[in-house]
Amino acid sequence: MIALVLALLLALGAGPAAAQTAPRAVDEQQVYAVASELRCVVCQNLSVADSPSEMAGQMRAIVRERLAAGETPAQVRQYFVTRYGDWILLAPPRRGFTLLVWLAPWAAVLVGLIVVSLLVRRWTSRPRPAPAPIDPAMRERIRREMEQEP
Amino acid sequence: MKRAWRWLLPLAAVPVLALLAYGFRLNPREIPSPLVGRPAAPFALTSFDGAKLDLASLHGRVVVLNFWASWCYPACYEEAPVLERGWRAYRDRGVTVLGVDIQDKDEAGRKFVQDFSLSFPNAPDPGGKVSVDYGIYGVPETFFIDRQGAIRVKHVSALTDQIFKDTVERLLAEPAPPR
Repeated sequence: MIALVLALLLALGAGPAAAQTAPRAVDEQQVYAVASELRCVVCQNLSVADSPSEMAGQMRAIVRERLAAGETPAQVRQYFVTRYGDWILLAPPRRGFTLLVWLAPWAAVLVGLIVVSLLVRRWTSRPRPAPAPIDPAMRERIRREMEQEP
Repeated sequence: MKRAWRWLLPLAAVPVLALLAYGFRLNPREIPSPLVGRPAAPFALTSFDGAKLDLASLHGRVVVLNFWASWCYPACYEEAPVLERGWRAYRDRGVTVLGVDIQDKDEAGRKFVQDFSLSFPNAPDPGGKVSVDYGIYGVPETFFIDRQGAIRVKHVSALTDQIFKDTVERLLAEPAPPR
């Protein structure tokens, strides 16, 4: 009987209220994906997802909590960028000065290809040197020696 | 054409060398905080002695917010007496010193407060939320918050009496917010 009353109370009143305040279930893959884009602030070249440090653990918990509160991964990233700057992102953003980091390797490859193609063209278009003229006396001597060969 | 090539290759190295020269002159530990000039993030913590610490209640006072840890040796050990001296000298002139103990064991944090006889409020930050809200990289880091509630200076590494005095005096000289 008590169970029935409790169930009724839950269904009528507490149910919707609880549904409104309960945090969303969080996909751990999503937590990992966001955390792996963030730099661990107390490590060298480790992401928040990969670092065993206490600080990284706390940051992962914050990522999880904010996703559970309904924020999008982009909003969670922005939360950290607002506090730490773009430095917190392991991959520099593709805009402003840091766009250079993304473009420079392609520019270097392009320049390399141009240099190589110019060099290849120069080597292949160079005229072949004409064979050196042979002294008629030498030519005669070679002919004679060839004839003497068994 | 040959002469052009002779100059072109060393010239191409110039921007790369310039970039490297610029990069190697920077201190990788000194990362500018985007928080300087912005309103300080509100927080409410419970101090080691059970009192509530609420930044909002300190509006109108200059706040020296110091992040420390008992394992942070020697920097935090050097600056703890500086903070205590600063607090005693300026508490009646509108300055509050707040200490936040991060990534620490509760017992070790309490012992640190006791060993240095710190009389200003100190609180642990169990989930690290306040640390992240202030973009903390390590300890010690200190924020000077003006009377309007904006972060004006972020100091990384141990504070000295001179830095404390100069910064606090500068902020106290500014007009107080209207009540």
